Amino acid sequence: MTVILYLILVFCGWVSIYAASYDFDNASIFDFAERSGKQLMWIGLSLMLAFMILMVDFRVYETYAYLFYGILILLLIATIFLAPDIKGSRSWLVLGPVSLQPAEFAKFATALALAKTFGTYGFSLKNRRDLFKAVFIIVLPIVLIIAQKETGSALVFASLIFMLYREGLSGLFLFYGLCAIVYFVVAVKYSSLMWGTVAAGEVLVFILIFLVVAGMLLFYQKNGRAARYLMLGYLAVGVVCGALLYFGVALNLLYVCVGVTVATVAYLLVLYFSSRSLRVLTILATALVSVVFLFSVDYAFNEVLEPHQQKRIKVALGMEEDLRGAGYNVNQSKIAIGSGGFWGKGFLNGTQTKLKYVPEQDTDFIFCTIGEEEGFWGAAGVILLFVTLIFRLITIGERQHSAFGRVYAYCVVSILFFHLAVNVGMVIGLCPVIGIPLPFFSYGGSSLWGFTILLFVLLRIDASRTERH
Amino acid sequence: MRKDYKLAKRKYVIGGIVLAIACIYIVRLFSLQVLNDDYKQYADGNAFLKKTQYPSRGLIYDRNGKLLVFNQPAYDVMMIVREVRPFDTLDFCRTVGITREQFDKRMEDMKNPRLNPGYSSYTPQTFMTQLSAQDYGRLQEKLYRFPGFFIQNRMLRQYAYPVAANVLGNIREVSPRDMEKDDYYNRGDYTGDLGIERSYEQVLRGEKGVEILLRDAHGRIKGRYEDGRYDVAPVSGKNLKLSIDIELQAYGEKLMQNKIGAIVAIEPSTGEILAMVSSPTYDPSMLVGRERGKNYLKLNRDKYKPLYDRALMAAYPPGSTFKPTQGLIFLNEGIITENTLYPCYHGFVAGRLKVGCHGHASPLSLLPALQTSCNAFFCYGLRSMIDNRTKYKSAAEAFNIWKDYLVSMGYGYRLGIDLPGESRGFIPNSNYYNNIYGENRWSALTIISVAIGQGEVLATPLQIANLSATIANRGYYITPHLIREIQDSTINAEFTTPKHTMVDSHYYDYVVEGMRMAVTGGTCRIGAIPGIEVCGKTGTAQNPHGKDHSAFMGFAPMNNPKIAIAVYVENAGFGATYGVPIGSLMMEMYLNRKIAPERKYLEERMLQSNTIIYSGVKKH
Repeated sequence: MTVILYLILVFCGWVSIYAASYDFDNASIFDFAERSGKQLMWIGLSLMLAFMILMVDFRVYETYAYLFYGILILLLIATIFLAPDIKGSRSWLVLGPVSLQPAEFAKFATALALAKTFGTYGFSLKNRRDLFKAVFIIVLPIVLIIAQKETGSALVFASLIFMLYREGLSGLFLFYGLCAIVYFVVAVKYSSLMWGTVAAGEVLVFILIFLVVAGMLLFYQKNGRAARYLMLGYLAVGVVCGALLYFGVALNLLYVCVGVTVATVAYLLVLYFSSRSLRVLTILATALVSVVFLFSVDYAFNEVLEPHQQKRIKVALGMEEDLRGAGYNVNQSKIAIGSGGFWGKGFLNGTQTKLKYVPEQDTDFIFCTIGEEEGFWGAAGVILLFVTLIFRLITIGERQHSAFGRVYAYCVVSILFFHLAVNVGMVIGLCPVIGIPLPFFSYGGSSLWGFTILLFVLLRIDASRTERH
Repeated sequence: MRKDYKLAKRKYVIGGIVLAIACIYIVRLFSLQVLNDDYKQYADGNAFLKKTQYPSRGLIYDRNGKLLVFNQPAYDVMMIVREVRPFDTLDFCRTVGITREQFDKRMEDMKNPRLNPGYSSYTPQTFMTQLSAQDYGRLQEKLYRFPGFFIQNRMLRQYAYPVAANVLGNIREVSPRDMEKDDYYNRGDYTGDLGIERSYEQVLRGEKGVEILLRDAHGRIKGRYEDGRYDVAPVSGKNLKLSIDIELQAYGEKLMQNKIGAIVAIEPSTGEILAMVSSPTYDPSMLVGRERGKNYLKLNRDKYKPLYDRALMAAYPPGSTFKPTQGLIFLNEGIITENTLYPCYHGFVAGRLKVGCHGHASPLSLLPALQTSCNAFFCYGLRSMIDNRTKYKSAAEAFNIWKDYLVSMGYGYRLGIDLPGESRGFIPNSNYYNNIYGENRWSALTIISVAIGQGEVLATPLQIANLSATIANRGYYITPHLIREIQDSTINAEFTTPKHTMVDSHYYDYVVEGMRMAVTGGTCRIGAIPGIEVCGKTGTAQNPHGKDHSAFMGFAPMNNPKIAIAVYVENAGFGATYGVPIGSLMMEMYLNRKIAPERKYLEERMLQSNTIIYSGVKKH
């Protein structure tokens, strides 16, 4: 079934690339000078590759996991120095007529290495050494890929947090991740809206932090009394501030927030010393880290991110409408998708994509072509196909007898899901533009091979799940 | 193991997150693709270059099928500034017949945002309009040497006769207001201005077609969309056949030369307008082509207002042409019979009030009163009606009934002719007088001059002609109109339905008889045409602007009338001096197609005469 899903997706991808790169003058789907022709070649090679993967004994993958990882790390390092500069990034290794993107294969190697690590006897995330090992395996390729200026591919590795979660990482981290995104969005989005002398974003984030703290307290404390007191306190401060502002008293809300934070910390300390509950300490840490995070957002946004990244984020948050510049892609992509309607314009009848209004339409923005030509049902259908595949992979992961198999499966799930969410999200204007491909659809051999390897190695492992190690 | 079991549950959390994101995305897709329509329009604007195919405008014929208005091709030189490459400017100038200085001036004007607000270096701009056919030919040959320039075909109107400008109207480029009111129009389109061109714009213009071309992100044309499957061919405008007899019209304009005023001739049985002259007039070709703007300004500033269609816009005191209406009202209300006699002592005298009249027998009845145009008779008649307290409760009530009769005869309101700008004339009602004099503070004597078409009453020449047609029809009229046939369509039902007045049909016979007597032995004697029983009524309207206006109303032949006419010549004196001759010549020309030798002198006199000098308008 997984293989069928894979074939459907790859076939749809091929047809979409044909549609996306379709030229009125040059119309053969098999023409090897065209991208659809080349993609067909990649698909053929992928199938051969898949066949080979299935032929190889499953133990090879486990045994040589670190070797694969090592080779890929070396390749990544080499890429930094050897790769030519293509559109500002150095991620392509050019070998004669073909060029490869090692980052695409690094995903597979990292997944394998992680699986092997987790599969070793007595491995536990509770163990600080083991946790460190896992994090190291993930962070090393991230650093190397960032050095190639391929931030998008690097971000993919962050998705492995889902796998870590499945393997026992505290759910708090998922929650923290969500909080960080929300804080960031709110802080940036409302950073230019001023309430008095203070940016509204900061105040709003403070309010969110207070709500989170109170919520966590409510969640952890059995009787919930402390949480209720805290809420009442916040409410009182809120009412007083509102009243003062209503009567025209100039109030620096930031000072109020800092004051409330100090009071909250004091209250939590009191709670800790009376109950000696570690959880209270966790909440305290959460609050403090959140505040630090908040104050670092501005700095990070303005100093760490590059200008084009800042712009893309602002466009995605609807703060800027730079239709000729950073917003052009997304706007054109929305136009293309939006013009598709429910049933689409029909295969090869898309006008926006055909006439090259959407840049990168056969790679990162391939989803536009589907949206325009096949309409809502086609686009939603592709999403559902992916969701089905992901669920299928989760099922496969869960039926593994070994930690190795399970961890590897969840790595594949995480990576696939992240690609889907970010790629489709950016095309429909819900995420900032991050240049990562849509698995199996986007044109490009490296990406297709990378995902083929990821998937078929899993299938190979799954096929031998009952055999002894 | 228990711990593992607990962790295994986390697959639901992960699955849930995947599902949630997928749902959000699908909802977003649904709102983008199905709920929101804007993106489709953006997409069309993006990718389609809709090239308009202009239809040819409908042709206009006269009642006898003579072609009056047709189309001539014209050529505009367009340019897309961004695509212009260095070229031989002097050669270009020579080809299109302009000097180097004019070239520079045109470029400057084109780029001037005040003169050309829609300027963009990316879109086609008009460099110069209406190239002559010779220049077009030469430029077409050399066009390849001037990249960025191209020629756009346009249709201009051409007129076969230099007459009937007030009827035909003309076309002009649409204004921003036109575009706002009707989104059919785009910048640079033409629309009817004045006359038939305006009132039948919807029919004449046809339907624009469109050719859908595909344009890529760089603006290059990549072919036709779906091989032209969605292209729409333009639909030519429909041809019109007017009721105008162009020869009669031309004759009328000739007779009216050097005079200010109007002629309206109607075929009584159909309400069709045979001729509608407004003088002074202009050659319709003046408002075509490159000189249009200049000429329009000139006509607009002309002190004699040639653009003002006096035939239907000017409200004049109808003078004695009003008297037949009075006779009809009095008869129908039972105020008089055909035998009622009123005295005339060189006028109507009541206390200190006196309305003058001229010498004729006294006392007299309705028919001789019409024959001699006796003022006193109608003043007595109006007094008998308004001051009749046995029949009417008050003067106001009587007066309102009087007014209703006139409205039923087409006075006081627009008749509804198919031309823009018609005036409604003026018939007062009792409120009007109440406001001036106070309620019950006025009587017949206060308003007595309305009985002879003076005072407050005003009528357009069209309304007077319509009265004539009504009398000719013995009691009904059909809304006067200019349209006779619309190609593949029917004309407005209004223009075929008879409208009966409030006066009984048989009373009209007396009035017809009276008007016949006026020609055989009364004020209209000079209008007698050999072999034709002409009926007529003169009018000499006093006015505050100087010499009396000369008016005539009549029809012929008396039985089975073919033409009813009204003539109004400003400041020309007695009705018999200009009104009757012009009116009778028109009728004679229409009925006989020639002027009898013994009446040639009359024609000559009319052609030679000049009354414009009495108009009080000083030339410069």
